Amino acid sequence: MTDKKQLLAKYKELPKKILNEIEKNTKELGLRETKKILDNVLKEFKNNKIMPGEAVGTIAAQSIGEPGTQMTMRTFHYAGVAELAVPQGLPRFIEIVDLRRKPKMPLMEIHLNQSIKEDKQKVVDFAEQIEDIPMVEFADVEEDFHEKVVRVTFKEETLVEHGTTLDNAIKKTEKEVRRKAKTTEGNQMIFKPGFTTLASLRRFTERILMTKLCGLKDINKAVVLEEPDGTGYYIKTDGSNLKEILKLKEVDTSRTTTNDIREIYDILGIEAVRSAIIKEAKEVLDTQGLKVNPRHVMLVADVMTYSGTVKPIGRQGVSGSKSSVLARAAFEETVKHLHTASIKGHVDNLTGITENIIVGQPVPIGTGLITLGMKE
Amino acid sequence: METITKKVASVEFGILNPEIIRKMSQIRIVIPDTYDEDGYPIEGGLMDLHLGVIDPGLRCKSCGARMVSCPGHFGHIELVRPVLHVGYIKMIYSLLKTTCSSCGRLLLPPNKLQTYKKIITEGELTDDQEIDIIAKAKKAGKCPHCDKKQEKIKLVKPITFYEGEKRLLPSDIRRRMELIPDKDLALLGIDPKKARPEWGVLTALPVPPATTRPSITLETGERSEDDLTHKLVDILRINQRLRDNISAGAPQLIIEDLWDLLQYHVTTYFNNEVSGIPPARHRSGRPLKTLAQRLKGKEGRFRYNLSGKRVNFSARTVISPDPNISINEVGVPKPIAKELTVPEKTTTWNMDRLKQYIRNTEYPMANYVIRPDGRRKKVTELNREELIEELEVGFVVERQLKNGDIVLFNRQPSLHRISMMCHIVKVLPGKTFRLHPTVCKPYNADFDGDEMNLHVLQTEEAKAEALALMLVQDQIISPRFGSPIIKGDEDLVSGGFLLTRKGVAFSKQIAEKMLIKADIKKMPKPDQGDKYSGKLLFSALLPPSLNLEYKSKLCQNCKECKKAKCPHDAYVKIKKGKLVNGIIDKVSLQGILLDTLFREYGPEEARKFLDNATRVLLATTMHIGFSVSVEDTMITKETHAEIEYMINDARQRTNELIKEYEEGKMKHIPGKTMKETLEDKIMAILGETRMNAGNTAAEHFDIANPIMIMSRVGARGSILNVTQMSATVGQQAVRGRRILRGYRHKSLPQFKEGNIGIEARGFVSSSLRDGLIPTEYFFHAMGGREALVDKGIRTAKSGYMQRRLINALQDLVVQKDETVRDSANNIVQFKYGEDGIDPMKCHGDSAVRLQTGVYLEDKDRDETTADEEGDYDD
Repeated sequence: MTDKKQLLAKYKELPKKILNEIEKNTKELGLRETKKILDNVLKEFKNNKIMPGEAVGTIAAQSIGEPGTQMTMRTFHYAGVAELAVPQGLPRFIEIVDLRRKPKMPLMEIHLNQSIKEDKQKVVDFAEQIEDIPMVEFADVEEDFHEKVVRVTFKEETLVEHGTTLDNAIKKTEKEVRRKAKTTEGNQMIFKPGFTTLASLRRFTERILMTKLCGLKDINKAVVLEEPDGTGYYIKTDGSNLKEILKLKEVDTSRTTTNDIREIYDILGIEAVRSAIIKEAKEVLDTQGLKVNPRHVMLVADVMTYSGTVKPIGRQGVSGSKSSVLARAAFEETVKHLHTASIKGHVDNLTGITENIIVGQPVPIGTGLITLGMKE
Repeated sequence: METITKKVASVEFGILNPEIIRKMSQIRIVIPDTYDEDGYPIEGGLMDLHLGVIDPGLRCKSCGARMVSCPGHFGHIELVRPVLHVGYIKMIYSLLKTTCSSCGRLLLPPNKLQTYKKIITEGELTDDQEIDIIAKAKKAGKCPHCDKKQEKIKLVKPITFYEGEKRLLPSDIRRRMELIPDKDLALLGIDPKKARPEWGVLTALPVPPATTRPSITLETGERSEDDLTHKLVDILRINQRLRDNISAGAPQLIIEDLWDLLQYHVTTYFNNEVSGIPPARHRSGRPLKTLAQRLKGKEGRFRYNLSGKRVNFSARTVISPDPNISINEVGVPKPIAKELTVPEKTTTWNMDRLKQYIRNTEYPMANYVIRPDGRRKKVTELNREELIEELEVGFVVERQLKNGDIVLFNRQPSLHRISMMCHIVKVLPGKTFRLHPTVCKPYNADFDGDEMNLHVLQTEEAKAEALALMLVQDQIISPRFGSPIIKGDEDLVSGGFLLTRKGVAFSKQIAEKMLIKADIKKMPKPDQGDKYSGKLLFSALLPPSLNLEYKSKLCQNCKECKKAKCPHDAYVKIKKGKLVNGIIDKVSLQGILLDTLFREYGPEEARKFLDNATRVLLATTMHIGFSVSVEDTMITKETHAEIEYMINDARQRTNELIKEYEEGKMKHIPGKTMKETLEDKIMAILGETRMNAGNTAAEHFDIANPIMIMSRVGARGSILNVTQMSATVGQQAVRGRRILRGYRHKSLPQFKEGNIGIEARGFVSSSLRDGLIPTEYFFHAMGGREALVDKGIRTAKSGYMQRRLINALQDLVVQKDETVRDSANNIVQFKYGEDGIDPMKCHGDSAVRLQTGVYLEDKDRDETTADEEGDYDD
């Protein structure tokens, strides 16, 4: 067995995934046969290498763009999860390459630590705690213009249900409106802010309604679902707040994600966005039943991230920050690019595709990349 | 043919300096008119002969050349008063704010200037630094160099500047710009050598050559000038009026008004879509298309003429199928072959052949002879002999297209690289391009009126390259997902089943007839007495050393695979090139078998297999006969009753649910309203009903039913189509819900308000064979319409997404060191795809083939696609 391990280790060129698969499938074979297999695999591996000059960018763009016409536009409704109309197919894909700051339907998948994930009740409790529940659910807020007061009546059991207390609620409400209640009796608070116009009183009431008593901002709904591998439960939320969620000790930070790619960049950095883009894009393609080699998706993600910041595909991002003036002018915002180029005195060195097409020369890609010289 | 001796190394951008404008000008234009009454260009006018000629018969006064050969020359207009250039308003605004109004220095303290200057001499400023400089300089209230207090500069959009309350006239601005020293400009990101800021205030205006703004003569003999000429006339006219008023000593107010008018005309001359400025209009009310509009957008110079160019030696016509040609070939109709030519350079070796082309008066003829000096002569009856006489080595003969020529074939939209492939010409009678049916997939072509383009390659390099890289047989594997995209489908798959299923045997005569189609002249030994089994005939198409075992599409996924003894004959076993077991279906023709042939035996062998299999399998289909009629969708009375019962049951269950809902007894799904819960449940019931009804109908059909054969072998259609034809069409949906739009609380007038039963909400219980009742028909149309609208929006959106993707990624190339870099040489990936493997050579997603063959394809499309295909091309 160790011999085999040593043998496998010798084939450093081969990717781990392939070596693992060979190891798994050659258990019954002897060293010599295994070596033969490995040699053949290596030969094919080398043979399958991409050729220098290959226009991998164009191929990747075509491989992703072409099935775009086959994607559906429909939104997908999550079974069991409230009103989660998640954009799927083409709209979602466009969202990903555009790096929309807020996706149409932000979603989080919160995985939990071993300590609570198996206990459904604990998970449900946790889910209730993070849910951002509006004030109206906790209290009846009643404004009385006749007496110029606002009455807030808390529902105590609802408060407890979501892991907070009456005292806490009263304190938080007072803090939010920056005023002490005139009277506080049991679960009722009465404010007399001293406004005389209806409009200002209404504004005050709205301030009260803004009070956050529990939960995390933007987490509108949290639903408990069973992990697909049956090892417990996880939470799916409508709304995303990665920063706050990751702070909670119950959360398994290594597996918890959001579909808001920008948020991932802000909080976890560039490598995380790259992975997130790949993951999200692949998910869209898979659910649409479209087969695309992951190498293409990876290249798109790399183009969006290689500079160290995420850039969307399009004039605001990758295309707009190209070095060639002519390439930018030929894409979008022609006039703007020509003017700035002339002010700055830019020089286009014609190293890209579009530029050379424009001046009518062979393009520096594929067979145009190499030149032949004749021996004198 | 001309040889290119020079290469454009770079293109520089800058602002035209008035001195250069005057230097490159051939003539100063003063007269705001074009032609005189006789139709002769007015001297000093906008069509002056110094600007180039656009009229036949005249000579250019600058270069002496005639119409087409004169490229045109610039002239200029001397503007009486300077005028701002719209494009540089932003630069001027920023400069006015960041520099001193009296000494012109950048409003930064000397020490700061020093540090930034140091950075500049050593390298470049970062974007952040640049922004920082501008922000700091704007804030200075007093010049640190001459202590002058700085007034606030205001830009009243679009083009007027104020300093405090006082208006800054373009002449003042120009003076200020002149004051700014070169060394300070560099800190503001402006290259003073190429763009002195005062050049953004025009004193002389270049007049573009007449050739760039040709006037056209209408049928009435009237001349119609180009939009640019119109605009230049306006500028000249106002310029003249301004000059007259100034010399007449008109009051300042009038002069300023005229000046503003001149500014307006010059502004719209450059860009007629500046926000805040009413666009200059043609007499008809159409906005003029001025300089910026000529460049911009999809129909602008960049995208229409520079990024995409028109070509010669191309043809376009309707396509039609021909399974008898090779996948590598394209059938070219003779009339097209006569028109398109291939240049052949005369050598001592091909002299006689080329002379024969010239001599020919019938099809393979020569159309032109080109002499080494570039003179092109058309071959006619009169000069034929003469041309043969003078033909020498080095002459080029343009001969008509013939069999074996190399061409590119393309169908739009060209969404991926296999939308354009290299084919070998086969000249055929008729008027359509002939295409092998298996090549439809990569082109996404069908024969309902599609047209395609053909390009004849003109140089040996192009031919060699196309043949080596773009030939159809090399594109069998898709670079998108690493499995065949050129593959046997539809009738070929049915044919495969008909040929290779158990108990099929042919007499010698028939077998010979079929095999000769594959060019097999040596008959194998009969294996069924004196008859030939279908499997044996199919084996003749395979290379003799092939060994392969896999499960076909018919596989029922039994718990325990009996392999060779499979009761469905779904286990395919090929041993030494003989098909021992199994039925050839979709999986073989589109996946594993073809894939293995391509990878182990190479593209040539895969091509041969596809060519031969197409012919043999189609011959089989034709011999055995394969057709579908309404009868094939018929089900027995009993089955019909069974399906009806199912639908009635569903109706009943739905009604119960509705009752439950109305009584408020329903338990709702957490997070959904009662109504949504009800809808969900009803949809589930109806979906399930359709599925069950479909399965019942499908079970009813026997294995010989052609529809069942097609759907089971994967030729065409699915169980869903069978269901819709024979059992029930099922629920129609708009926006993913049951139909509930139209009237208030009801979908169609004949229903009661609030009726949410199955019929009132778009459930079509009839089958397509039985025919739909009017309401059902209407609901079906509603669903179909949504699919159509959806498709339209989708193509537009995905088209734009693809354009953006291509533009962002097109410069990426794999370098010799395996890195992927863009055109600025930035490394995007250190190793392409992390392992440096070509996705086209990939086995699915895996870098190396560890199993025999993968079978990958996009998921079957649902009913919507079928509806979409119903609309015809043109």
